[in-house]
Amino acid sequence: MKPTVLVLGSGPIRIGQGIEFDYSCVHCIWALQELGYRAIIVNNNPETVSTDFDTGDGLYFEPVTLDDVMDVIAHENPIGVVVQFGGQTAINLAQGLHDRDVKILGTSESAIAAAEDRDLFERFMTKLGLPKPEGRAVRSLAQAEGVAGEIGYPVLVRPSFVLGGRAMEIVYDLDHLRAFYAEAEDANPGQPVLIDKYMLGKEAEVDVISDGVDTLVPGIMEHIERAGVHSGDSMAAYPAVTLSEAVQAQMVVAACRIARELGVKGLMNIQFVVEDDVAYVLEVNPRASRTVPYLSKVTGVPMVDLATRCMMGEKLRDLGYESGLWVLTGGPNPPAGPSHTPRAAGRILPEQAFVAGPVALPKPVVYAVKAPVFSFQKLRKVEPRLGPEMKSTGEILGIDNTYVAALYKALVASHIQFRGEGYVLMTVRDDDKPTGVAIARELVRNGKRLAATGGTHRALADARITAHRVNKIREGNPNLLDLILQGEVSLMINTPGTDRVAELEAAHIRRACIETGVPCVTSIDTAEAIAQAMELYADPSRAQVLRLQEYFTA
Amino acid sequence: MIGSGPIVIGQAAEFDYAGTQACKSLKEEGHEVVLINSNPATIMTDWNVADALYIEPLTPEFCERVIARERPDAVLPTLGGQTGLNLATELADRGVLETYGVRLLGTPLSAIRKAEDREEFRDLMRQIKEPVPESWIIESEAQLEAVLEVVPYPCIIRPAYTLGGTGGGIANTREELWETGRKGLKLSMRSQLMVERSLLGWKEVEYEVMRDSAGNCITVCNMENLDPMGVHTGDSIVVAPSQTLSDIEYHMLRTASLKIIQALGIEGGCNVQLAVNPDSFDYYVIEVNPRVSRSSALASKATGYPIARVAAKIAVGRTLDQIDNQVTGTTKACFEPALDYCVVKIPRWPFDKFATGDRNLFTQMKATGEVMAIDRTFESALMKAIRGLEVRSKDLRHPKTQAFTDEELRHAIGKPTDERLWALVEGLRRGWGVDEVNRLSRVDRWFLRKLAKLLAVEERLLAARTGSSEAVDALVSEAFLIGFPSVSIGALLGIDDDRLDPGFRAAAKGAIEAQKVLPVFKMVDTCAGEFESATPYYYGTFEDEDDAFAVASS
Amino acid sequence: MRYLLLSDGTVYSGAPLGADADAIGEVVFNTGMTGYQEVLSDPSYAGQIVLFTYPLIGNYGINADDFESARLQAAGVVVKEACDAPSNWRSTRLLHDLLKERGLVGIQGVDTRAITKRIRSGGVAMGMITDRNPEDAFGDLRAARTYDETDFVERVTTKSPYAWGYAGFERIDEPMAEYRRRLVVLDCGLKYNILRRFAALGCRSIVLPATTPADEVLGWEPDGVLFSPGPGDPARLPTIVQTARDLLGKTPIFGICLGNQILCQALGGRTFKLKFGHRGANHPVQDLRTGKVTITSQNHGYAVDPSSLPSGLAEVTQLNVNDGTVEGIRAKDFDATSIQYHPEAAPGPWDSRPYFAEFVEKMGAGRR
Repeated sequence: MKPTVLVLGSGPIRIGQGIEFDYSCVHCIWALQELGYRAIIVNNNPETVSTDFDTGDGLYFEPVTLDDVMDVIAHENPIGVVVQFGGQTAINLAQGLHDRDVKILGTSESAIAAAEDRDLFERFMTKLGLPKPEGRAVRSLAQAEGVAGEIGYPVLVRPSFVLGGRAMEIVYDLDHLRAFYAEAEDANPGQPVLIDKYMLGKEAEVDVISDGVDTLVPGIMEHIERAGVHSGDSMAAYPAVTLSEAVQAQMVVAACRIARELGVKGLMNIQFVVEDDVAYVLEVNPRASRTVPYLSKVTGVPMVDLATRCMMGEKLRDLGYESGLWVLTGGPNPPAGPSHTPRAAGRILPEQAFVAGPVALPKPVVYAVKAPVFSFQKLRKVEPRLGPEMKSTGEILGIDNTYVAALYKALVASHIQFRGEGYVLMTVRDDDKPTGVAIARELVRNGKRLAATGGTHRALADARITAHRVNKIREGNPNLLDLILQGEVSLMINTPGTDRVAELEAAHIRRACIETGVPCVTSIDTAEAIAQAMELYADPSRAQVLRLQEYFTA
Repeated sequence: MIGSGPIVIGQAAEFDYAGTQACKSLKEEGHEVVLINSNPATIMTDWNVADALYIEPLTPEFCERVIARERPDAVLPTLGGQTGLNLATELADRGVLETYGVRLLGTPLSAIRKAEDREEFRDLMRQIKEPVPESWIIESEAQLEAVLEVVPYPCIIRPAYTLGGTGGGIANTREELWETGRKGLKLSMRSQLMVERSLLGWKEVEYEVMRDSAGNCITVCNMENLDPMGVHTGDSIVVAPSQTLSDIEYHMLRTASLKIIQALGIEGGCNVQLAVNPDSFDYYVIEVNPRVSRSSALASKATGYPIARVAAKIAVGRTLDQIDNQVTGTTKACFEPALDYCVVKIPRWPFDKFATGDRNLFTQMKATGEVMAIDRTFESALMKAIRGLEVRSKDLRHPKTQAFTDEELRHAIGKPTDERLWALVEGLRRGWGVDEVNRLSRVDRWFLRKLAKLLAVEERLLAARTGSSEAVDALVSEAFLIGFPSVSIGALLGIDDDRLDPGFRAAAKGAIEAQKVLPVFKMVDTCAGEFESATPYYYGTFEDEDDAFAVASS
Repeated sequence: MRYLLLSDGTVYSGAPLGADADAIGEVVFNTGMTGYQEVLSDPSYAGQIVLFTYPLIGNYGINADDFESARLQAAGVVVKEACDAPSNWRSTRLLHDLLKERGLVGIQGVDTRAITKRIRSGGVAMGMITDRNPEDAFGDLRAARTYDETDFVERVTTKSPYAWGYAGFERIDEPMAEYRRRLVVLDCGLKYNILRRFAALGCRSIVLPATTPADEVLGWEPDGVLFSPGPGDPARLPTIVQTARDLLGKTPIFGICLGNQILCQALGGRTFKLKFGHRGANHPVQDLRTGKVTITSQNHGYAVDPSSLPSGLAEVTQLNVNDGTVEGIRAKDFDATSIQYHPEAAPGPWDSRPYFAEFVEKMGAGRR
């Protein structure tokens, strides 16, 4: 009889742990079956493909808890358990399973712990000499105050071992820290709270596949919204659009080194923040992330299949890959081969080349932009502003052969469309005013009418941009709220400041947008993306419509 | 095929499951499948699920371009949720389908309109003599104002053509009706909403039914909501099959459901929601979903009957008696599953992330996902579902509801929230009795008595802390058998409580290890064991015979 | 401790339910998820220990209205869990209390799925529910007369004629004026709901003992005669088969379930025993005339052998979609038609109710 492998599913869909993990689990099962294993799954989510009775060789419809999983293990006696595709649900069981002498396939539970445990991670990064934002794990408010004081505000405060940035906040001063600390501590009782230097740079992330020796980087995704917006809530472009070749080289090198050092066998996700052309490592997750399906589809690299093979002991080199960055080359798609072969024409720029310094990257063949989708209309009293805590429920993908077309598709598919012919209403914080002015200019050039509140209006006027001035709520009637409720706003650009009183008002306005169906953008970077895509809004026929595979052959 | 796009509340992973099954099913029938879906995180947008894949925005414009390019023979809209249905409707309205000579498969648009347009639906119900609650169709604010004095309060507000009942609610006063009604008019694609008599406190029962083009009709499953009328079924705890309906009631409602699907002329799957008076044979038809829905995914997993797969085949002209029942392999899809287990679904809400969100549950769905649990007893299935939710409470204890004052608790029992289940238990824990908790919540006594049974075991475990260790053995075994996981038994016995006698704690720990009962695994086979079946779909239960071993060793 | 013994030597242990006594009968399973009250009072289950595959039985209690005959008919009952706290507006008592009062023996807490699978693979078997030591009790089980050798119809049929009209039981000499048709029913193990359905269509039923001879039947001046469902091996009913034969061509004849098997035999056909029968509420039946499939309620352990039906005389009109067994026949020349399933439901789906109208239609233009 075939050896049995147990794959742990990701449980119910929740914010931060969505359908992406089901995609990975299902692909893992298929890959295992192809490798000659009997692949069985434990999961309790009735909405998914992984719990379709003909997906695996055995479906155990049970809660994904240690007790229940151990019962299935006692029954099936699998050669090992796969925890890296089932999100935090499955990863959280790794230690317990290991303690009960269950073999964790792929990346070991100690490597998982090294990445998740703050102190271990700190030591690990120091050993590798890779840059990361200054920060520490603390276990009391007093410690937190000390650390924050030492590294300087603003700091990012968050609980450890929690997915989706729950109870995570950018803290600007001591009072704010005191007010917020308890929430972070409460989010995962008994676990330390992490205090990190908050760096307002570009964020980027990679999902890599490693066999413990070689590490393939299928692609680098650049976030459109800067640090401070949870990665799950930011738009992300593949390939990187503004990152320098030097920074991308640092990322490739860092990813390969981390994977090798941790002994990753399977998938790993690394989040970076870029400041002054240096890539700082924010987070390392030795498991499948939510970007895996997206990246698999836009790079043509069958990531989960490869990761599963690595997990089961195969070597990337034997599968036709090596360490380095995968780039698309265009041209005819490769003939259909075994499931681990790429679906699009490309080659690998080897790791060694990056170690030496920046490598000239070829002109991208496709551009793909992932955008989040929110469900704020369904959730009363939930504040729609983006922040370090994830709020989106789903995502869409825009793909095309030019960046702006991909961007446009992503915006439109995530329902960011001008609603009627009304004003684009702008109210942006001081930091954002220069960018705001540039955005406004682009909007006006494309025939949009603007409306703005006091400060923003002044900034626009200074730049000789005409805008209808509207009152803030506290300035009396009629104000911007009336404008929204009267249906005269086609799009709202509102970037929140740090002034608590102003923010309370802004929150009210954002909510009004949600209630009336006016798209509301809360990050200046998203707004900039809209400005960039204006020519497509004016003439959507400039976007192509092709079968997915056809984009790669251009 | 039109996919359902991004995951939002009310439209989640179930449509990836449905769409993937449908693609496979249509390919089996020899058709070439062109798929458009903007969601990259899905299995259905994989390289080889459809024959031609378009990851493009789900707007009428982009759909038209795909149609123009691929010139499909037909469009299948009923497996892409409300998004797919709305898009197909719009394509038809714009004449796109006609221009390109594209047929619409499955349920005709006229039937969909009849089901979704409140007035047409009510007319049809009157024709076939099925009772619908008194209601008023409102299409303008003036009409809304006109009915404020006429309507019986409390009343329910349901906007037409929105996702998952967006913008709906319950109004207790004229003011509330005015406010929610105006909002609903804005959110409805057709500026249409219905105000209807409230049936708060009535039982809510659903039937998943299927019909083919020859007029054969079957019921796949019926489900009873633990939460009485007033809570969106996506936000309700749901049990399959119904538990408190006698045979006459079960078949009275089944007959009504089949009559409705027949009258509508649905070709495929359909969900019928009914309100049942707990004290008579009276019932009302509440709503019909003329397509594969979230409930269909649940019903599929609850019974083993692949609704989406069968619906796709029906759409291309197969009749139920021509389609094989894949599960048994020996019988046909034209039968009604018989369950020999009990299924409990509990929704997963996002309020752990949105601490400030409004937790009250109404007719507007708020859950992002759900868990399902299967067992041979309700008690055990419920306990599995609770611990599978991955919320802080793993059993019947909840620190928040336990800390409520009596006044707060009374309120929490009466007003549905994500925490009401624990509030019900707490009411019983405080000795208020099944009748009083039923009076406050209108939750059927059957469910409350089951909760009371579980609670009795919890209380005895707590009490055992001060008892003798011999008694503990039997009690622990009993707790396992009724569905408590070992972590809960340990916590209730206080094995980690330093204040307890170390001797007792050691004995308790020993008892948990010694008395640990291993489950057997039984098969979900659609036919309650009547026919031989080889589908490896299992659930754990404490019984004598194991189905999984038999299959594995054969 | 209570035991369920099967004649093959298997023993299942569980907890007592209902009366405390021994019960012997043929162990059969029913896959319906509701309808335990109807099933247990259905005379067709006479001599059988009924196992419900749905594990939670008794949830909606017992009410005054849903009995299908005047007593509990089954020989015993097997469940996973008998509900001790039912909930339904019509419920007046517990399943357990009813069983106890009527002397019906049951067992609960057994792995009903395991037993079902055993019956599925080994076929129906004689069984016994007992509190005695299984070793001691086996002798009684082996000594007991088997189901197939027992005549049940004579036990369950009415002892004297009665009538049924709009309001239920009626005095048999009640005037006929307000009814459109008069149906004579030969009671082989009748369910009330058959009479209720006919009454709803304006038929008055005269119910006669199963062994009533043809001339006496015709003496009631029927517009049609129904051979009812009932228990036991249909091959053991030569007298009733003869009555049917005698009536052929003299009045429209209908058969339901056992009635179908009686009619088939009267036409010259034979029946055979199914491995584990059809008992449940989800059996698909295809009407060969229209191609349409309906979901039916079924309860039978024997079926008609279609090859035994004399061609030209009788035609098969309906088939079971699952196993292709005969579900309905018609003998045009004699104005006789019958179905194997239960259009009266109770329990089960109401989809085939229209057959009653079809029957009534066949009863001619009605009373003068």
